[in-house]
This record gives sequence, structure tokens and C-alpha cells, in this order.
Amino acid sequence: MPAGEKHIRGYMKHLQKNKTKIQGIYAIAVSLLIVSALLGILLGATRMSLSDLIKAITDTEGKLPESKILWYVRFPRVMASLLCGAALAVSGAVIQCVLANRLASPSIIGVNSGAGLAVTICTAFGIVGGWKLSLFAFLGAFFTVMLVSFGAKKWGASRGTVILMGVALNALLGAISDTVITFVPEVSMMSNDFKVGDFSSATYTKLIPAAVIIFASMLVLFTLSQELDVLTLGDENAKGLGLNTDMMRVIFLILATLLAGSAVSIAGLLSFVGLLVPHAVRRVATAQSKHLLPLCALFGAGFVTLCDTLARTAFAPYELPVGIIMAFLGAPFFIFILIKGKGGHSRD
Amino acid sequence: MIELKNISAGYGKNEILLDLSVCFEKGKLTSIVGPNGCGKSTLLKTALGIIPHSHGEILINEVNICTLKRNAVAKQIAYLAQGKGTPDMTVEQMVLHGRFPHLSYPRQYTSRDHEIAAAALETVGINELAQKPVHALSGGMRQSVYIAMALAQDTEYIFLDEPTTYLDISHQLELMKLLRKLADDGKGIVTVMHDLPLTFKFSDEIVVLAEGKIQAVGTPGEICDNRAVEQIFNIQIQRENNEFYYKF
Repeated sequence: MPAGEKHIRGYMKHLQKNKTKIQGIYAIAVSLLIVSALLGILLGATRMSLSDLIKAITDTEGKLPESKILWYVRFPRVMASLLCGAALAVSGAVIQCVLANRLASPSIIGVNSGAGLAVTICTAFGIVGGWKLSLFAFLGAFFTVMLVSFGAKKWGASRGTVILMGVALNALLGAISDTVITFVPEVSMMSNDFKVGDFSSATYTKLIPAAVIIFASMLVLFTLSQELDVLTLGDENAKGLGLNTDMMRVIFLILATLLAGSAVSIAGLLSFVGLLVPHAVRRVATAQSKHLLPLCALFGAGFVTLCDTLARTAFAPYELPVGIIMAFLGAPFFIFILIKGKGGHSRD
Repeated sequence: MIELKNISAGYGKNEILLDLSVCFEKGKLTSIVGPNGCGKSTLLKTALGIIPHSHGEILINEVNICTLKRNAVAKQIAYLAQGKGTPDMTVEQMVLHGRFPHLSYPRQYTSRDHEIAAAALETVGINELAQKPVHALSGGMRQSVYIAMALAQDTEYIFLDEPTTYLDISHQLELMKLLRKLADDGKGIVTVMHDLPLTFKFSDEIVVLAEGKIQAVGTPGEICDNRAVEQIFNIQIQRENNEFYYKF
């Protein structure tokens, strides 16, 4: 057999091996998603069994108490946590690729704060759900991400400076939100839960527009995964491969902010998931966007839903905001995978 | 053939290239030399359409570049930029991205794309690195990966901006031999060079650039006789039995 043919066969064998590994990780991610969603629906102040769940689903008239708990409390809440987890994790992965910065995430570069300020202002004006809220959340997030990304490009900011710009914007936007809250006391009722992230106020009016935006944005992003990978090669190399980098960068940032803004409009400022999940998926699975993005969506959804279930049940009848549980579980896990994966070295 | 006719180009109001005309042909290894900041990299990027030109016209195989989409240019010219990132992917994934301009929606790489990528790895001699992450490689090996990616692009022309940077002398020689072979096989190789001995040894044609203008174009022998390189770099070049000797 010629050396070239032998090498190509070896290469193809490696590809098959990688494919099998990725399929295994997808199976784990889907299992996590199903288990976390089931636990989220079954556990709570009133525990439900599987037979109660089946009864509630088959109760077409909606008269059973289990049915009311399922459709008015548990289902919207689990859907909210699944959607927000998926949206923020995918948004984080995209922002990290576009800004070529592994430290970037919607919460760190100020995207969440921008959306948060918009939601706070909307709430002050009596808009608490629906398409208007999602639209303003998106505009707040979009304005912030454009400020960071184009500011970085125009002033030739380094990767570290981009993060510092985000930190400064976070502080500024947070201060404006606090000012609004001080002058409009009605908003302060939701401000604490909003700041750390919470699903207790998830309603269908918030959920439906956000769900449509999240599903549509993800669908477009999944079809653009090769473009996202090429963009990570650097501007000039990407242009050399025929990619219109300026246009694609704007498209990716719009899609990432649509995801983050929608999540903020449902659950407030959930931090950490947009940083942690993409890192974990890159370490244990792959950095290839065509797998990275779907896996981030699955793991992000499962992780946030598990954390929310724990937040509701760990200290029942008291309920913790999910952001606190995510930080308690996520931070040590994040440090663990960083140290285990790379010995703590940075290559940025 | 790639023809630049009376091209002026630069960054905003700052014009770097001034009324410049030059041709790059298939089957030739053309080296662009000149002092730092004279516009060598700008020349490559302008010829690729990455930097827009303010005057003149650029023809790729007799088609005006302004009528071509970026993707169509990428199918004809591969480009190895000077500044290279360290993407978070394996060598094989990165080389496969050389096939990106040839993909149509839904952007799925075919087994043919994988075969071409595997062949490019073998041509550069880095097939044993296929499964390694790019960030785990040395600067020289990374350079080889970028070259394999350019080969996987399977274009008539390859533009390389200082390709010998990061390479030790033996790898520099290996690379120049590879570029020489590619030119002999019919590809048009255009490379920005700083190393004059390698330039004179391996090039078919040398373009001497200074202050945004072409000072001389010719074979290594013609450039040696022309003395343009000597004046620009303040060195002496002597030719004996078709070998070049330098005095600084």
C-alpha cells in the first residue's frame, strides 16, 4: 500500500474514532437534559410521582391539583431554566469565538448588564412581559456588545483590555440600574432576585416571545458553525479563506445578544453559565463549533435546570435564587476543569 | 496571471502603495523584498482584495477582482497571513478549514475534502501531528500547519507573508524547497521575504519594493546586476558561478 493511501486510511480511522466519542458525549448531554427536566417537574414543595405526572398530562380538563401544579408552576419554570441555560451557554461560546477571548461571556463583557438595565427601565414603566420586554432586553444587550466589540477594534484594545472595558461597563450599567431602582420603589421588589438570577417569576407571557427568539437564533447559529470556526483563525486568515469577517462578526454578535437578552428578560442576570459551560464542553468534548454549540445548549440547559431544582428543594420551604446555587456548584467545578485540563496554564 | 495595474492603496487616507504595476505568474516563485514598512504585506493584501485599492485595477486570470466575491478569490488564491492566531482546534480540523471556500450550504465537509486535507498534511510532512491541538505545537510546527491549510485550499496561487518567520534554518530550507516544488508543479507562489540568501537561491523572480513603489523586478541575476537591493539595504552582493555572496 502506498504511504499516502496508508496515511489517509489512518486519518479516516481517527475521524471515525472522534465521531464515536462525540456521539457518546451527545448521549450524556441528552440524558442530563431529560433527567434534569424530569427532576425539575417532579420535585418541589409538593412532590409528584411519575404516575402523578402522567395523570396531570392526561387530565385534559385541568381539574386535578397535579395538573395545575404542572402547567402553572413547574412546566413554565423548567422551560424557563432550560431555555435560559441553553441560550446563555451558546451565547457565551459565540462571544468567546468572535472576540477571540476565552474570558469573555455575556455577564463579563456587560451584555447581561445592558439587557438588565433595559429590563429594569421597562419594569419601571410597567412593561413586565411580552415581546416589548424581549425587544428592549435585546436592544440593551446589543448596544453594550457593540460598544465593547467596536471600541476594542477601533482602539486596538488587547484581549485583557476588552475584559476590563466589560467590567467598567458592568459597573456603569449596574449603577444606572440602581439609580432607577432607587427612584422607582416598585422595581426594587424584583431587584435582588433579578441581580442574581431567578426563575420564580417565569410566566408564559415572558416565556413565549423569548422561546421563539432563542430557538430561531440557535437554528441560524447552528447553520453558521463553519463560519464561526473560520473566524477563530484570525481576521486576515479568515478573509483569505473567503469569509466576509466584518459582516459575519456583526451577525454573530446580534445572534449572541438575542440569546443573552432573551434569557435576561426571563430570569434576570444569570451569570457564570455563559463562561463555565463553553469551557467545560471545550475541555471534555471539542472546540469545533458544529458540536460545541449544540453541546453547550444541551449541557447549559441541563446544568441550569438542575441548579434551579436544587435551589427550590435544598432548603425548602425557603427558596434560594438559582444564581447562588450555580456559583456554589459551578465555581469549584470550573477551577477543577481548568487545572485538570491545562495544568492552570494560560495560552492567551 | 494576476496583474496589478497602476495600483494605489493603503489604510484610509494613508496611501502605502503608489501607482504600482506588477504581474504574478503561475509556475513561478516570486519573492517580494524591501525594507520594513515599505508596503510588502499591503501589496499582498491589496492583490487579494482584503485592502481596497483607490486607483488602478487588479485582474485575476483577466477578471477584474472588483467583480469577484471574496469566496471566488479564495478559490483561486490561498493566503498565509503574517499574524497568526492559535486557534483552539486540532491540526486536522484546522487544515480541513482550507476547504472552506469550496463548501456550499449546508457547509458539510465531504470525504473528498478530508482526503485533500490528509494529502496536504502529508505534503508538508506533518501527518503524525494530525490529532494534536494546534496550541500545543511550537511556532515552527504551527507555521507548517498553516501552510498545509493553504495547500488544502487547492488554489492556482499561494500568497505567503513572511513564511519563514518562526522557523529554524533547516525548516526554512525545507519550506523553501516545498515552495520551489509547488512552483515547479505549476502553482504561482508569491512570498514576502526578509531572508535575502533564501530569496536569491529559490526565487524565479524578485520584486524589490521601497516607499510603496517598485524599484526593480527581475530574475535573481538581473536584480543582482541592477544594484537596487544593494542600495536599499546598504549591502554588497557578488555573483560567482551563479551563487550569490553578501557583504554587510
